[in-house]
Amino acid sequence: MSESDVPSPSSNRVKQFIDGLEPPSFENTAFTTPKPLSECTVAILTSAALHHPEQPGFDPRDTSFRHIDPTRRDFKLGHWSQDVDQVGFGVDYNVVFPIDRLQELADDGTIGAVADVHLAYAGNQFEVEGIRLDSGPEGARVLHDAGVDVVLLTPV
Amino acid sequence: MSTLAHVLEEHGLATIALGIVQGQLESTAPPRGLFCDFPLGRPLGKPADPEFQHRVLAHAFGMLKRTEPGIETFEEAISDDSQVLTCPMPPRAESDDHPAVVEARALRPAYDRTIARYGDRMGAFRLMGPDDVPAAIATFAAIADGAAWKEAGIPGIPARVVQDIRGYYEAAAVSLADHTPAAFEAARWFQHETETGRVILQAREQMKEQGAKQGLWQYLVSGAVAD
Repeated sequence: MSESDVPSPSSNRVKQFIDGLEPPSFENTAFTTPKPLSECTVAILTSAALHHPEQPGFDPRDTSFRHIDPTRRDFKLGHWSQDVDQVGFGVDYNVVFPIDRLQELADDGTIGAVADVHLAYAGNQFEVEGIRLDSGPEGARVLHDAGVDVVLLTPV
Repeated sequence: MSTLAHVLEEHGLATIALGIVQGQLESTAPPRGLFCDFPLGRPLGKPADPEFQHRVLAHAFGMLKRTEPGIETFEEAISDDSQVLTCPMPPRAESDDHPAVVEARALRPAYDRTIARYGDRMGAFRLMGPDDVPAAIATFAAIADGAAWKEAGIPGIPARVVQDIRGYYEAAAVSLADHTPAAFEAARWFQHETETGRVILQAREQMKEQGAKQGLWQYLVSGAVAD
């Protein structure tokens, strides 16, 4: 099959499906104003189901989270969706989990520090109440206790 | 993702949520959302491009200066339409086995080179290891040739087995290609240009005709590359 014969292959089709899902609603939008970025400790929270090899992977409906150690680079992508490109992460984990970029920003003083702990959840969830009411607040406490001021959230 | 942003802000943490699906980002309305029109799986846009990744981060962290919630759009979009990887296939050994099985064996050195260079980071091999790939492909080849899918010996939930097979091929493609593949470029190569990809498509049709539940055959192929 030649390239021209491949029928409109695109993740746009998948994006349209995701667009059609019923979103959770929040009556009020909390809004925290941080101190200057150069004084902030920054963490990454990703929904890519990242984990280290010795940690359990994520079941498809798993709403728990894993602690990601920023001094390590042995990340595993645990996301179950086949509609997510995995090659980009395979070649450069920063395209999902930009830990090297954060360290560069800390080194040049743009941010205050890279957090000692980062979190990974599993996206592709159709029911998010468990995250909203349980594992989400628990993760927030972990980050808060680690002195985190700012969180960058990265999906896949 | 945006749900977590709301929760974190309620606990006093400032957040910026990157979002790849614009409608979802707008409907879930995180306190600070940056729409990045990038392929699914690449929220920072371009692998092995630190300068581009820093541009995304600069925009994201710049949103911390906002005084009220809002969504902004990153200045550059990345399309993942239609690219299909072209790469030389390694020579195959003479064998009476199915061509897809022989093809998979021939790709093993390329797979091993990718793992040696980048590490075993991709999502494949949650059900089986790379040594098991040829035998798993043989089960789908049997289905494609008309065997009953329930009796073919697929070593797990069909879609998850295929996910591992596809991951094996995509990892091999990284070493066979002369560039970092664009998003889904290697997935399309697997699906439409390889013996095994074609076997999976044929097995999918067979399972459908044999009355397998839609959820079992539909997800043998990614919605991002399916017909």
